[in-house]
Amino acid sequence: MTDISVLPSLTGGALIGLSAALLLFTHKHTAGISGIAAGLLSPWQAGGGWRWWFLGGLVVSGPLYRLSGTDIPMQLHTSTAVLAVAGLLVGYGTRLGGGCTSGHGVCGIARLSLRSIIATLTFMLTASITVYIVRHAL
Amino acid sequence: MKDTVYLFAYGLLFGLGLIVAGMSNPAKVLAFLDVTGDWDPSLALVMASALLVLGGARYLMHRNNDEADREQQPLLASQVGVDVRLIGGAAIFGIGWGLSGFCPGPALLGLGAGVLDNYVFVAAMFAGFALFRLLHQR
Repeated sequence: MTDISVLPSLTGGALIGLSAALLLFTHKHTAGISGIAAGLLSPWQAGGGWRWWFLGGLVVSGPLYRLSGTDIPMQLHTSTAVLAVAGLLVGYGTRLGGGCTSGHGVCGIARLSLRSIIATLTFMLTASITVYIVRHAL
Repeated sequence: MKDTVYLFAYGLLFGLGLIVAGMSNPAKVLAFLDVTGDWDPSLALVMASALLVLGGARYLMHRNNDEADREQQPLLASQVGVDVRLIGGAAIFGIGWGLSGFCPGPALLGLGAGVLDNYVFVAAMFAGFALFRLLHQR
C-alpha cells in the first residue's frame, strides 16, 4: 500500500514536463518513451542516435540518484510469467495505439489532442479494470 | 557532441522526475489504478503537474515564435484520427500496465536497478514492438 504524496508528485511531474519541453524545443522530438524506445529497432535509420542518449540518461538516472545515498523504492510483486505477458501487451499496445503514458498522457494532452485524450482515458480504464479483476475479483 | 550531452541530461531529468514522483515504483502506480481499493491518487497529480509545465512552456514558446514557426508547430493538435487502432492499442496497453504497474518509462528506468524480472518485462516489451512491425508494417 502506498499513500498520496503531494509535494513529491508535483515536483516530479514538473521535472517530467520540463524534460519534455526541453526535448521539444531544442530537438523537436516528442518525449513519448514507447516511441523513442521502439525506434531503437531501426538502427539502420539515419539520425536515430539521439534515442540512445535520451534513454541512456533515463536508465542512468536511477544509479546516479542512489549515489546520493537515498534508496529508490521498487516493489515488483508480479510473477515473472505475468510480467512477460504484460511486457508483450505494453509493447504491442503502445505501438498500435501510437503512444503510452508519456506520449499520449503528457505530450499529447498538452496539445489538447483528442486522440491522446481518448487514448489516455482508454488505457486508464482498461488498466483499472485489470487491477480490479486481479486484486478483487480473482 | 554538445547535443548528446543535452539529450543525455534531458533523459536524466525525465528519470529524476519519475523517481522523485515515486512513479518508478510499480506498487505506487498500481495503487493509483486500484480505484476501488486503497486508492493513491498521486499519479494524477504527477500528470497534472507535467501537463501544466509542458502546456505552459508550449504556450510561451508559441507566443514568442514568428509566424512561420507557429504554422509549422501548431500549439494545438489537429482534432482528427480517432480510430479502432488507437482505442484497441490503448486498451491492450492498459491491460499490460494494469497487470504489471509498468509503463515504458519506469520499466526502462528500472533497468539500472538490476532486477531480473525488470529485464524480462523490457525484453517482452521490445518483442511487442517487433510483433507490431511484423504484423502491421512491411
